[in-house]
Amino acid sequence: MIQLILKRLFTYIPVLLVVVIITFLMIHAAPGGPFDAERVASPEIIEKLNEAYNLDKPIHVQIYNYLYNAIQGDFGPSFKYPGRTVAELIMSGLPTTIELAIYSILFAIFLGVISGLVASLNPGKILDIVPMSISLLGICIPSIILGPVLVLIFGIWYEVLPVYGWGDNPGDKILPTVTLGTAYAAIFARLTRGGMLEILGQDYIRTARAKGLSEIRIVIVHALRGGILPVISFLGPAIAGLLAGSFVVETIFQINGVGRFYVQAAFNRDYTMILGTSILFTFMTLTFVLISDIMASFLNPTLRDSGGLE
Amino acid sequence: MHWLIIFFLFLVGCSENTVQKSKVDLYSEQGILLLGNGTEPSGIDPHIVTGVPEHKILLALLEGLVIFNPKNNGVLPGVALEWMISEDGLTYTFIFNPEAKWTNGESVKPEHFVYSWERILSPELGAQYADMLYVIKNAESFHKGQIKDFFKVGVSALENKLVVTLENPTPYFLNILTHYSTWPVHPETVEKFGGMTSRNNKWTRVENFIGNGPFKLDSWEINKSLKVSRNVVYWGNDSNKINGIEFLPIDNELTQDRLFRSGGIHLANTVPTEKIIRYREERPRELIEHNYFGTYYYRINTNKFPLNDVNFRKALSLSIDRDLIVKSILKGNQKVSYSFTPPDENGYNPNTKLEFNPVKAKLLLKESGYNINNNPLEVLYNTSEGHQKIAQAIQEMWKKHLGLNVVLTNVDWKVYLARETQGEFDISRAGWIGDYPDPFTFLDMMVTDRGNNKTGWSNAKYDEILNSAASKISTNRRYELYEQAEKILIEELPVIPLYTYTRTYLLSERVKNWQNNILDTNPYQFLSLE
Repeated sequence: MIQLILKRLFTYIPVLLVVVIITFLMIHAAPGGPFDAERVASPEIIEKLNEAYNLDKPIHVQIYNYLYNAIQGDFGPSFKYPGRTVAELIMSGLPTTIELAIYSILFAIFLGVISGLVASLNPGKILDIVPMSISLLGICIPSIILGPVLVLIFGIWYEVLPVYGWGDNPGDKILPTVTLGTAYAAIFARLTRGGMLEILGQDYIRTARAKGLSEIRIVIVHALRGGILPVISFLGPAIAGLLAGSFVVETIFQINGVGRFYVQAAFNRDYTMILGTSILFTFMTLTFVLISDIMASFLNPTLRDSGGLE
Repeated sequence: MHWLIIFFLFLVGCSENTVQKSKVDLYSEQGILLLGNGTEPSGIDPHIVTGVPEHKILLALLEGLVIFNPKNNGVLPGVALEWMISEDGLTYTFIFNPEAKWTNGESVKPEHFVYSWERILSPELGAQYADMLYVIKNAESFHKGQIKDFFKVGVSALENKLVVTLENPTPYFLNILTHYSTWPVHPETVEKFGGMTSRNNKWTRVENFIGNGPFKLDSWEINKSLKVSRNVVYWGNDSNKINGIEFLPIDNELTQDRLFRSGGIHLANTVPTEKIIRYREERPRELIEHNYFGTYYYRINTNKFPLNDVNFRKALSLSIDRDLIVKSILKGNQKVSYSFTPPDENGYNPNTKLEFNPVKAKLLLKESGYNINNNPLEVLYNTSEGHQKIAQAIQEMWKKHLGLNVVLTNVDWKVYLARETQGEFDISRAGWIGDYPDPFTFLDMMVTDRGNNKTGWSNAKYDEILNSAASKISTNRRYELYEQAEKILIEELPVIPLYTYTRTYLLSERVKNWQNNILDTNPYQFLSLE
């Protein structure tokens, strides 16, 4: 198992390298530069600024320099925030982004698994059709639409929940959490339903029923472990997706997380910040997928024995 | 449903603080201002930053030789207790206030200003506002690297005096000094944390920052808040009635509006256009609307056909119904432009006009020889609902009155700036806010080859008049010359002014002594809270 994990960790290097190079080329190809401003600076000043940020060198030298420094943990200074490094800006927002992702995933699991369970125990009935129809709606509505709609309803029409910040006012974590978690709750609901229906049809469940065990005991003790396996497998991509989704949600609710930096950096052509946040999100995506694969292997011995991590 | 309620309660529990009174009520009692401040400031180094949110913060943390007088757009003593101006208007001698201190207790000395001005003028720093100091003798040459010795620049320290020699008599020099780019930095701190010309200097960190303003920096959480509190060693501390300020970076105007209405901030620095009328009816005392020293205009690329023809440009301007734009689209009490520089009824008020006359416009279009079947013109603007509405209205007017085909192109801010700078546009929307209350801040922009001209337009007479105005001490004489230049501009129309900006924002009635002025600047030490 350890060997397999190490093998997977080794694949991080080429993936990150490709991400850096592609991102580097894309941001340099985009029109407009970090020093374009309404108040136009003289060509002499632009030249000095390019020199100060190493933008006067050929692109391959810039990439090499960037990689060389990044390996040593130096992701460079931010172009938009002079005097601050990309690393410290990311670290200032990361705890909030992680907290938002954790609340959202908890919300998604809680709502999704229970809805899926209820639906799987009542196949074809109203308690199956209604939650599954709602979940389809949840999957279809992107957070960029859902967020403002929730703000409109709960923040502006009914004025019951704050629409700004994170941890500053009572209840200000609710709308961002729900906005980010809803789509995943819907997916989890469908995955749970599918997994549970398959397990509930197995012989050992029939045996348990024949032995006279209560339905709750059958579901919780015997069926759930196998039934939520698809949910566990999807956790990694889900968390990675949540982190990516946090870009939008942090911007809608003015939350001081890393995602907001990513969005602002793109608009500001803050090259080093775009690269730093891209590396961070790639690294986190790879790591969460790896963790969810490990968890799935522990829950399913056949996966573990067949080297499912590969 | 119960579990959902429990989960919501759990999240409510996770949120900190439980506030009974509104935040504004609570903070007003403590003398703390809560300000919605637009976007997150890019920094607080006065020689590097360039934006309005940064200015609002620096106004609390640093102080220049003089302070902006919010009542009359003039100046009040700041670090300089008094000043003398030589008869020829070329030499200014500032006597320093012995009570002016840095937050570490040291006195603010004339040498600190010499250091600070050398810093902003050093080409290596790449300061974008360095040209504010070009009025000082040899400052431009030093900044452009033509002279290396700063001693040749017209600024010197003499005991408790700072002597400044100018290139030309510049009656608005004192006004320039209210701009943050001329404010001082603490030399030892700057040297200690990176050196004079380092852009990545760490002197602005909370733990390092030393200022000389009425407030000191307490904390700065990126994208969350920047907090300052009363600077007890500030020379005017006794009359300062504000104990602290919290600057909140909220760039979404709907969020600011919502926060203001729920008592979360004393000031929302913008108001959603669609809500202005409602505020006027329901909360008129909290809605502030006043003139602003800015012009919204269309910039013409005069290097391109048919825009290189003055008759064609006049036809474009004559077929715009500015009244309709202001009343039906903007709705914010903006004033229709009749000059490039925003007029001031008590000061510079040029006798120019920009009429709406479609008949004359058609005749001029004929004279220009333009064939309406040519390729359509493009109007470029940065993505914004407001710019789009105006562009659509003008597109319609040009179609209706001139039969012109116009395409609208919206691009993101950086693409828009790059295309403008490279001259890759026909017509682009533009706006300019004056840096100091003098028409020169507008008119100078259109001088041949100025970086912000961007139109390719050049007029030798215009350049000569502005050059001549720079050496006039008499304000009346200067204004006469400015008016002559303004007439050339309006006659040739390399820019088509549309309206004069107004500032529209929401201010809590608890904030007292607030002054509405064209630069929208209120030094916080003059305010109070009830």
